[in-house]
Amino acid sequence: MKKVTSSLLALGTAAALSLGVVATTQADDETIQAAFVYVGPVSDHGWSYAHDQARLAMEAELGDMVETTYLESVSEGADAVRALERLARAGNDIIFATSFGYMESVGEVAERFPDVKFEHATGYQSGENFANYNGHFYEGRYVLGKIAGLETESNTIGYIASYAIPEVISGINSFMLGAQSVNPDVEVKIIWVNTWYDPPREAEAANALMDQGADILVQHTDSTAQLQAAQERGLRGFGNDSDMGAFAPDAQLTSIVNNWAPYYVDRVRAVADGTWETGSAMGSMESGMVQMAPFANMAPETQAVAEETMAGIIAGEIHPFTGPIYNQDGELVVAEGEQAPLDMILGMNFYIQGIDDAYPN
Amino acid sequence: MLLEGILITIVGAATPIVLAAIGELVVERSGVLNLGVEGMMIMGAVCAFGAALATGNPYAGIVVGAAAGVGMALLFGLFTIYLASNQVATGLALTLLGLGLAGLIGEDFVGTPGVRLEAITIPGLSAIPFIGPALFDRDILVYLSFAIVAGVAYVMFRTRAGLVLRATGENAEASHALGRDVRLIRLAAVAFGGACAGLGGAYLSLALTAQWTEGMTAGRGWIALAIVVFATWLPGRLLVGAYLFGGVIILQLHGQALGINVPPQAMTMMPYLATIIALVILSRNQALMRRNTPAALGRAFVPDR
Repeated sequence: MKKVTSSLLALGTAAALSLGVVATTQADDETIQAAFVYVGPVSDHGWSYAHDQARLAMEAELGDMVETTYLESVSEGADAVRALERLARAGNDIIFATSFGYMESVGEVAERFPDVKFEHATGYQSGENFANYNGHFYEGRYVLGKIAGLETESNTIGYIASYAIPEVISGINSFMLGAQSVNPDVEVKIIWVNTWYDPPREAEAANALMDQGADILVQHTDSTAQLQAAQERGLRGFGNDSDMGAFAPDAQLTSIVNNWAPYYVDRVRAVADGTWETGSAMGSMESGMVQMAPFANMAPETQAVAEETMAGIIAGEIHPFTGPIYNQDGELVVAEGEQAPLDMILGMNFYIQGIDDAYPN
Repeated sequence: MLLEGILITIVGAATPIVLAAIGELVVERSGVLNLGVEGMMIMGAVCAFGAALATGNPYAGIVVGAAAGVGMALLFGLFTIYLASNQVATGLALTLLGLGLAGLIGEDFVGTPGVRLEAITIPGLSAIPFIGPALFDRDILVYLSFAIVAGVAYVMFRTRAGLVLRATGENAEASHALGRDVRLIRLAAVAFGGACAGLGGAYLSLALTAQWTEGMTAGRGWIALAIVVFATWLPGRLLVGAYLFGGVIILQLHGQALGINVPPQAMTMMPYLATIIALVILSRNQALMRRNTPAALGRAFVPDR
């Protein structure tokens, strides 16, 4: 028996090592235990970093009310199921799973642990104890599009994309709608790197795009490598998920900054009050979830346009997906003067007209 | 311009794999299978980055990166060669240890712009169209990768030391009977492998991207391992395999940017697929495969048994 226990222990230690567990001390019953699952390392300075910053901000605001734990670099798929299950068994009251690819895993584990609240970022499924939350990040990408459209000299934008999921597709479309609105000649070259986080590969993709004439880079991946690659060549680009200016002070035009903290504070507080309910939450530029890093390295006129656009989005006067919008086949998908319904944006599966690239299947 | 750009990036993608793989080739030729390449590589990357940052000198980073790889390799050697532990399990443990330890060491380096390894332009040669900028206007690690491959090919097949190394990998008992110190020979080979993996890691954090990020090797150590096998343990083929892999990585990126209509998942798969297919074809020659596979690969040697 002893042997079994010790080998189990060893196994547990190995798993803990490989997952990078950071556990906090045991808390009494009053304290809410909140756990976070990240797809990348918290040090990516991108997506997972932004979630972890929000976790820390939430901890700071709620003080003794909450104890937090996180697992980083958890692969989507079987690993995610194991990680979620372990966190649920460990007595957590609420678990935030912060990547689209965790959706099925969260659904599966949530069914088995009806007393634990599950929160899934950027997905579309939900259940009794399984809520999802997201931000209208495409609003930020529309602003990036305006800046890129005004600042590009080669009229070629390089776009480094991760996976062909609706969130990324709607980001590309929103970006191009912004760019086309100020520059009808703008073209985009898209590279899918099939990873959220692989700095050398992202740098290689950035170099390939610049070799093909792109003078501004956009990324929908999580590392800072492409901005650095742009800086090295004296070109410019946008960060993603957090302010990456420190890595490329001469290259970063701005960056979409994800601010999840208010949402995490609300949800944990709701668990404490017993008022937690499932649902689909949507943050936006107006609610403060979608923010922008300081504008830099651009002409004052461009900055003025960017600021106006932001103000317009916040005031509700500008909606990136306002018709007429045509798809690549030239069919009208959003009629003149109308706005794309939220379902279309969240499930977007087509490119808009003007993207000269095959839609990835 | 475009072609030059492509060649430059191909060399960049292939170099870390060449470095890690040539080290592992020597290790395996001595009869030891070290699956910890990824772990040694990432330790090389983080230590090189840290040393370069601390001293402001990327060359100090290279030395420390190689030393970190050697340190990890010696740990592996102690267990597998002197304590005769299972090579596969120990190698896997080394990878896990390296990834975790590197994350720990690198915690403070995250978010810090690093020191970039500058190119050393070779006058004359670098002016050759197309290949000049790609091959002769590079940093020292690129030159070193070619030098090491050439050196290994020479030593392995043209010198007595190489013969002893290969004999040890073929039949450790026979080598022992001839009075060779099998364990010392293997330890030296393992240490060399560690140094090369460390250099490969240093290339990632000093040259390819001047930054440290956790998990930045992203499986390149495993690719290096695969290339050694498919190259039938021959240095020349290893070079071909690594460049083929790097080439397809870069070309699939360019293909995408040009708007070629292939699913991105298939494109990402291409480098692996192309390398495996090409090397499988190369290694179809059974006689060649038999002749070059180290017969004692993966088997622990205990002198008194």
